[in-house]
Amino acid sequence: MHEGPYTERALSQTDSALANSVTIIEPSRGWVPIKLRELWEFREVLYFLVWRDIKVRYRQTLIGATWAVIQPFMTMVVFTIFFGRLAKMPSDGFPYPLFAFAALVPWTFFANGLTQGANSLVASGHLITKVYFPRLLVPTARVLGGLLDLVLAFLVLLGMMWWYGALPRLGAVVWLPALVLLALTTAVGVSLWLSALNVRYRDIQHVVPFLVQIWLFATPIAYPSSLLAERWRPLYALNPMVGVVEGFRWALLGSGTAPGPVLVSSALAALILLVTGTFFFRRIERTFADVI
Amino acid sequence: MAHIAVRVQNLSKEYRLGRPATNQMLREALSNAIYAPFHAVGRLLAGQRSRDRGTLWALRNVSFEVTRGEIVGIIGPNGAGKSTLLKILSRITEPTTGRVEIHGRVGSLLEVGTGFHPELTGRENVYLSGTFLGMKKAEIDRKLDEILAFSEIEKFADTPVKHYSSGMYVRLAFGVAAHLEPEILIVDEVLAVGDAAFQRKCLNKMEDVRQHGRTVLFVSHNMSAVTRLCQRAILIAGGCIQQDGPAPEVTSAYLLSSLKTKAQREWTDLAGAPGDDVVRLRAIRARTTEGAAVEAADIRQPVGIEMTYDVLKPGYCLVPRYEINNEAGLCVFSTLGLEPEWRTRPRPMGRHVSTAWIPGNFLAEGTLLVTARVFSPDPVRNHFYEPETMAFQVVDSLESDAARGGWEGSIPGVVRPLLRWTTTVTDLPDEDRPVVS
Repeated sequence: MHEGPYTERALSQTDSALANSVTIIEPSRGWVPIKLRELWEFREVLYFLVWRDIKVRYRQTLIGATWAVIQPFMTMVVFTIFFGRLAKMPSDGFPYPLFAFAALVPWTFFANGLTQGANSLVASGHLITKVYFPRLLVPTARVLGGLLDLVLAFLVLLGMMWWYGALPRLGAVVWLPALVLLALTTAVGVSLWLSALNVRYRDIQHVVPFLVQIWLFATPIAYPSSLLAERWRPLYALNPMVGVVEGFRWALLGSGTAPGPVLVSSALAALILLVTGTFFFRRIERTFADVI
Repeated sequence: MAHIAVRVQNLSKEYRLGRPATNQMLREALSNAIYAPFHAVGRLLAGQRSRDRGTLWALRNVSFEVTRGEIVGIIGPNGAGKSTLLKILSRITEPTTGRVEIHGRVGSLLEVGTGFHPELTGRENVYLSGTFLGMKKAEIDRKLDEILAFSEIEKFADTPVKHYSSGMYVRLAFGVAAHLEPEILIVDEVLAVGDAAFQRKCLNKMEDVRQHGRTVLFVSHNMSAVTRLCQRAILIAGGCIQQDGPAPEVTSAYLLSSLKTKAQREWTDLAGAPGDDVVRLRAIRARTTEGAAVEAADIRQPVGIEMTYDVLKPGYCLVPRYEINNEAGLCVFSTLGLEPEWRTRPRPMGRHVSTAWIPGNFLAEGTLLVTARVFSPDPVRNHFYEPETMAFQVVDSLESDAARGGWEGSIPGVVRPLLRWTTTVTDLPDEDRPVVS
């Protein structure tokens, strides 16, 4: 209805800009589109959310980012003592500490991302009730913020490899970013589900620690997946973290063969988690500000 | 044709209320606990909200339009739905029904320091808050120094804001907000914080915004700010628009209704009347010279403020006093009853009526609130003190004998006296006289 006057007279800069940005606010029903273009427009908000998380994470701590390394390292020590020494867990012929740590580096990234991502919306309640931006960015940023920790832990892993004289498979190392992306996708997908549910049902807060613990043992971190009977493998590979962990060991330690089929099903499972999580999130997003 | 900036059509918002906790028997509670997860999952899959609860309509069929460049004040009592309206316009929450059309970029300030993180420094928070409020990083890079200067915190730019005084915090927060350049600005009560000097700074900044032709929607309880900044005000109560019109009219109507104050009040029951064992206030009203009570006085006519009070104990010298405030809360004047015959003479028992006469062509138009008091001067003792106990309107006239002289626009000033002016004419000095060819 505004075309008439706009075309009749000369358009000034602001007029055309105004005519271009019309926002319609209406109640949404049922499934809501994801609006990727809007996500792109708000990319700087994502950037600053990640930036804030990273800046704040180790403020006012004594040893700062060292925590990013200590957490997986201590888990490795504990695993080495109990599983490696006492339980004599096989480790595909590698020194157990290296075997465990190569898995714990991506796992810690995933587990922390999931834990913080699941809690992210509730923790950002003050923002969600006061300013508009695509809420999908909140859990996503939380998970992305862990990437720096991952890099730091990875450097320690490289140090351990040097110490034990392990050689990476040069041709396979290029797959590492893809494996990290797989872990990231899974963490974001699960975080979207859990964070959205957590807004309405705070029960989720109590579920997350269990979930992480169960997931830890459903992933070949403390043990090699070769322990598992062959017929359970396909089911097992639905856990995307299986692909990530196997991939890390394969690329860095040179264990086994390329986990091709496992990776395909892991990637598919991760993608399904991400897509369903996104749609579910979008569907109940409209009530966030009212119930948070 | 005026360009629409915001068009709101039949907007309603329903909130579900929490169910009050009921006492359950243990057996019931246990069986509920067992079934609850299944019910919850079932409801979730069906896309329903949890449990059936009472509802509240925070907004009901609200419709209005705002044209570009308009500054609209939204006023109303607490819980009227003002904030809900702003939240819908800012896209924080969705309406239940209805539609909003917004033409232009929106910036909304619903709190002071949106997105501030206490652990981060002032400089870092400028980036963080600015981004949340809709600025681009490049824009913040450019304006950073200006923002820090405006906030007067340059020296503390690298200190975490948790160490800031609340004043510094607010200044920085507003500094960021003031440098937003949206086409449509939505502001909620931001001015309610900060000291007087800072509030003035904020108001001036809003004036700037107006001069740049931007559209502003402004929720406030500060009626003077609304009347000063907005040409138009919308009064919302109970989720509905009660009144929509010129700001002075709407604010004064709101003040009168919200104060539950009338131009005439009476206390028929002596025990319930304000006062002490010496004096009790029985009635107060605004009146014309003819003796009739008046709610809306003609600006050209004198108005009498009349109070009736009973003196129950003789022997006290009494001074009645009025304080007249305008709707902005500013005291226009105060006046003492200093009649020579009662100045030093103790009052006898009886019903006393004192009237202060405000001349015509003196007050400005608007709502005036009367605070009434009777005290004894020696020793000073208030017998009653009734703040803003009565209110009346002054209505301006477009007739030429009023101070506005037929001018239709708004006129500033706390009072509007009709003054005697004089003008004289003499010849121009020779050197200044234009040459007539």
